[in-house]
Amino acid sequence: MRLLRLGGFLLLCLSSLNLRAQEDLLDILDQEQTTIDERVAYIWKGQRLVNGHTTKTRKAREFEFIIMHRFGEISTGIDDLFGLDYANIRFSFEYGITDRITLGIGRSSFEKTYDGFFKYNFLNQGVNSPVTLTWFSSMAVRTQDNPSFSENDFKSKTAYTHELLIARKLSDRISLLLVPAYVHRNRVLADQKNDLFALGFGGRAKINKRMAIISEYYWRLTQEESESYFDSFGIGLEIETGGHVFQLTFSNSRSMIEKGFITETTGDFFEGDIHFGFNLSRTF
Amino acid sequence: MTKMKKIIAICGLLFVFCSYSQAQRYFTREGEVKFFSEAPLENIKATNNKVLCIIDLEKGQVAVDMLIKSFEFPKKLMQEHFNENYMESDRYPKANYKGNFEVPKRLQNMEEGEYLIPVIGQITIHGVKQKLDAPVNFIVKEGKVFTNFEFVIKVEDHKIKIPNLVVDNIAEEILVSASFQLESYKN
Repeated sequence: MRLLRLGGFLLLCLSSLNLRAQEDLLDILDQEQTTIDERVAYIWKGQRLVNGHTTKTRKAREFEFIIMHRFGEISTGIDDLFGLDYANIRFSFEYGITDRITLGIGRSSFEKTYDGFFKYNFLNQGVNSPVTLTWFSSMAVRTQDNPSFSENDFKSKTAYTHELLIARKLSDRISLLLVPAYVHRNRVLADQKNDLFALGFGGRAKINKRMAIISEYYWRLTQEESESYFDSFGIGLEIETGGHVFQLTFSNSRSMIEKGFITETTGDFFEGDIHFGFNLSRTF
Repeated sequence: MTKMKKIIAICGLLFVFCSYSQAQRYFTREGEVKFFSEAPLENIKATNNKVLCIIDLEKGQVAVDMLIKSFEFPKKLMQEHFNENYMESDRYPKANYKGNFEVPKRLQNMEEGEYLIPVIGQITIHGVKQKLDAPVNFIVKEGKVFTNFEFVIKVEDHKIKIPNLVVDNIAEEILVSASFQLESYKN
């Protein structure tokens, strides 16, 4: 009898406990919330960091127009208004075929070069992957003849770049980029190699919702025949205003395409061979 | 012996009461919340159809919970700006609502029909809690509860900043509409 009473009492306690645990409806919803956003979104604001690409691609049917400027070297001083008298320009049209595939074509005034690229974002950071991966391949054709070469046919003026872009967003402010890169140039100068490997490092640190510090460094793994080439280094400030991304950059590279800045950077950043420049991107 | 019968009866009643109170809860995980912003330069609309909602018809309580990142926009760039620049969804991943209402006897008994009931409660968006009262239309049909309602959110009430540059693109007041189809909840 007493046992039964005790049992009844326990049951009462248990059920009231159970009721209390479920008292707050929001707590129940918290437990029921099973939708988790698998993709770590928005690692980068733009498709470029300084000169190089990020893992970002355009979404399906998004169209992006980018104008990039690199002025002369700041070290030329007041005579050339710190390089502003000379400018290289590249503009490009980039289009999202699907949410993961982007195609682009560009034209650089430097050596009158046309380039086309293909980007494929095939893995995203999330529950299943610690990193986001994007493949990048490009072809660049110089249309200006170079008097140093005996031949200047189409084949001689062509170069290819392949990169695996690896990114990880560490926090809501910090994103990192690692880029194993391979550049092949069909015809090169006596002190250059046809095939060159490099490892790029990049990072973006948000200062606030709309501004970030951006930086990248491309470390050449293949030794050239002479000392006249340098690793490309760039640092800048990124400002986002609605559909525009504006990047103010300082870099020792003149060229804004992979084949150019990875392999043919002739300025020494720490000797003052710095080109001021900007990237202006508008997405429609 | 009579004592024992009494205890059994009490236990039985308790059991019935417990299961009864559980049966009075209605739930969905596929609720739909839409918002619409009308500004001089741009109309913006987005839909989230993974909204959780639970209603307790005995106590007259309602709770709603949703992930900000689940809002789908026709333009992905808008979605990016919505999450990154305005809602800061990495820091404030959820919006939720908790409210109370008086339950008419007929609704409690799940008698079919329409009931317009004022709900008073609090909504949390962008980490900022605000009072929100809205008349909610409850419809009972075939053992399910359907609700739909509309309300207006002021962007500045929730400390969502709109820079002057895009002030013509985003409205200060946003019309939100929600509709839920709730089924009996068993846990």
